Amino acid sequence: MIKSIFVRKSQGSQYIPDLRAANPVGFRGKPVISGSACASACTACLAACPSRAITLDPVQIDMGRCVLCGDCEPICPSAKFSFNNDFKLASTERDALTISSARPDIDPIKVSEALHKRFGRSLKLRSVSAGGCNGCEMEINAMSNVNFDLGRYGIDMVASPRHADALVLSGPISRNMADALQIAWDAIPEPKLVIAVGACAISGGIFAECNEVDRRFLDKFKPTLYVPGCPTHPLSLINGILDLLGISD
Amino acid sequence: MQENPAVLIADLRSSPPQSLGDFFHRCADSLDAGDHLVTLFGRHEKSNRHWGTLVTAAFQTTAGELKVFRGQAEDGKHYPSLTQTYPVAHIFERELWEQTGLQPDGHPWLKPVRFEGERQQAMTDYPFFKVRGREVHEVGVGPIHAGVIEPGHFRFMCLGEKVHHLEIQLGYQHRGLEALLLRRPPMALAATVESICGDSSVAYAWGYCAAVEALSNSPVSLETDLLRGIALEMERIAMHVATLNGLATDIAFLQGGGTYGRLRTAIINATQRVCGNRFGRGWLRPGRARGLTEVLRQDLLQTLNAFAQDFSEINELMLASLSVRARFQGTGIVSTRTAQELGLVGVVARASGVATDTRIQLPGRLYERFPAEPVTESTGDCWARMKQRMREVAASLQWLMKVLGDTALDLSGGGTPETIGKPLAPETLGLSLIEGSRGPVVQVLETSSQGQLLHYKVQDPSLPNWFGLAMAVRDNDISDFPICNKSFDLSYCGNDL
Repeated sequence: MIKSIFVRKSQGSQYIPDLRAANPVGFRGKPVISGSACASACTACLAACPSRAITLDPVQIDMGRCVLCGDCEPICPSAKFSFNNDFKLASTERDALTISSARPDIDPIKVSEALHKRFGRSLKLRSVSAGGCNGCEMEINAMSNVNFDLGRYGIDMVASPRHADALVLSGPISRNMADALQIAWDAIPEPKLVIAVGACAISGGIFAECNEVDRRFLDKFKPTLYVPGCPTHPLSLINGILDLLGISD
Repeated sequence: MQENPAVLIADLRSSPPQSLGDFFHRCADSLDAGDHLVTLFGRHEKSNRHWGTLVTAAFQTTAGELKVFRGQAEDGKHYPSLTQTYPVAHIFERELWEQTGLQPDGHPWLKPVRFEGERQQAMTDYPFFKVRGREVHEVGVGPIHAGVIEPGHFRFMCLGEKVHHLEIQLGYQHRGLEALLLRRPPMALAATVESICGDSSVAYAWGYCAAVEALSNSPVSLETDLLRGIALEMERIAMHVATLNGLATDIAFLQGGGTYGRLRTAIINATQRVCGNRFGRGWLRPGRARGLTEVLRQDLLQTLNAFAQDFSEINELMLASLSVRARFQGTGIVSTRTAQELGLVGVVARASGVATDTRIQLPGRLYERFPAEPVTESTGDCWARMKQRMREVAASLQWLMKVLGDTALDLSGGGTPETIGKPLAPETLGLSLIEGSRGPVVQVLETSSQGQLLHYKVQDPSLPNWFGLAMAVRDNDISDFPICNKSFDLSYCGNDL
């Protein structure tokens, strides 16, 4: 018992007091696209991008596809790409995730009054990994650790879909998981919502072209929140949820 | 000194494939000689207007060398299963049958490994092994589990609380990864490879880089290797600590759970400061690795020093707790003999007393200069797998301190991206082995006569190890399954591809 208290004391206090103002040093987060002109007929970034997130004329990045690998940055002869550590990447609209030099920011999330009233003090999440690589899954788990401590807002991961208000989807939806995903969704009582976590869940990400992926679930059930990343940083997901529900400290 | 003996380059023009019979005889001879079967797989090929199957087997000899055999056969051909005599072949023969249709006659349990292609969603066509008896009952768990974890199905055959048999059915994470890797230029696959098994991005990226660098004859500097070694040990620490966190949480040793969780944060945040990502993505690319400025080198040393002290404190607390001992000691035993017979690899095999580690058996330039410390446990239970991880983290810390503390080393650069665009050698097989946190990650690339990728075989250490978990659970109470599973901590997506 005394040893336990000793360890507790020496480990110190580890929680991040203000999750909105956190500073993830070094994080390769939001891309910044400069206004400089492209070299003529250059397509180097298209070839370097593993998930077809970039389109030209004008240069745009679809954050719903981008895996934040940064491979476009060194290859561009016009130095159009750089990344900062901004983790506020989530959006309620799929289309709002596309950024360019003219539109450098993702629209701030609009607080939903209805969701604030219903879930603002308690939101229970059921995670389903459907073809995920265990990157997003580990980051979803990390939200509950002593650093991020998501439980302080009444937001928790739950074991049964019966106890859940929202389905947190990670992975591109492998065909072998399509049925299980549907069953889990059907088991969540109304009202309920889908949160798409990571490039895979939003667009198929790096696996968008795979034949073994079946994304029809998302045609039927549109996500309420899209959270980019590969994997999604816990701060991106936490801030997305807090903003959606209008939770202030 | 060989630059990296864990990479094998085989010129396929000089050694045409043998008949299937001869091929399997040579495999049997090699297994009789005590060689370790690294991988066995096949692919379809059209030659002389007929479709056939090309089979590749790789062995690691007792002398510590890699060798490759190749065989060919008409499609759908039968052959006597190796598994009957050599259980180590069981999962490879299942995969070979699933991917090519070659029939291993006498295989004890021929079922798909991951329900690919036409067998997608056809799990119910392949019933589970049945244990009969009046009071035998089955418990099915998954594919979706209670926690935030990847999907897979576990079917327990129990008598009362006792598990008599566990069948592990995977494939739910199958995304068609091997086919995807052939669709993009071979030098532009790094980000894709990092997502094969996202908790082992560094091990996969290094194996991929080593293979394409060898195939394009683009050797990297010792400094690049050192930086990759640093990335790999950071990943090993992070993953082992994540497992320790899970083990503590699963037995409600909450202080352990909380402390290991925050200790892992310190490590992965340091990785992020180096390469921009908490999982080490973007650190390694063909021909290069991100360098460390003097500030970053000091930052890593400081982080690791602070970590080391807090880590040993919480380990002591956990190891001294009677409730931890009561749950882990004697639970989920895999004997040395079973581990060897099943060909288990990596941390799980080492916890059962099998001294296997690519960094030690195939050290090369990097690990001869900076040797990795051999660590094994003998009891093969959950306790041993927990202690094994604690000790491996301590060994990784020592290795990192030594490399990062050596001021004679220049770690600021990390090579150049010049490799990109260099052609791959034609009709060549490139195999790489990297000892990731779970064990050796195997990647085999085969090129065509034009130097394009014909086949990209990926093998996670979890593939041979899942059956070890099934054996560990036998004759244990079903309530101990979660801690057995966590003590193995295998990858679903790495298995399912």
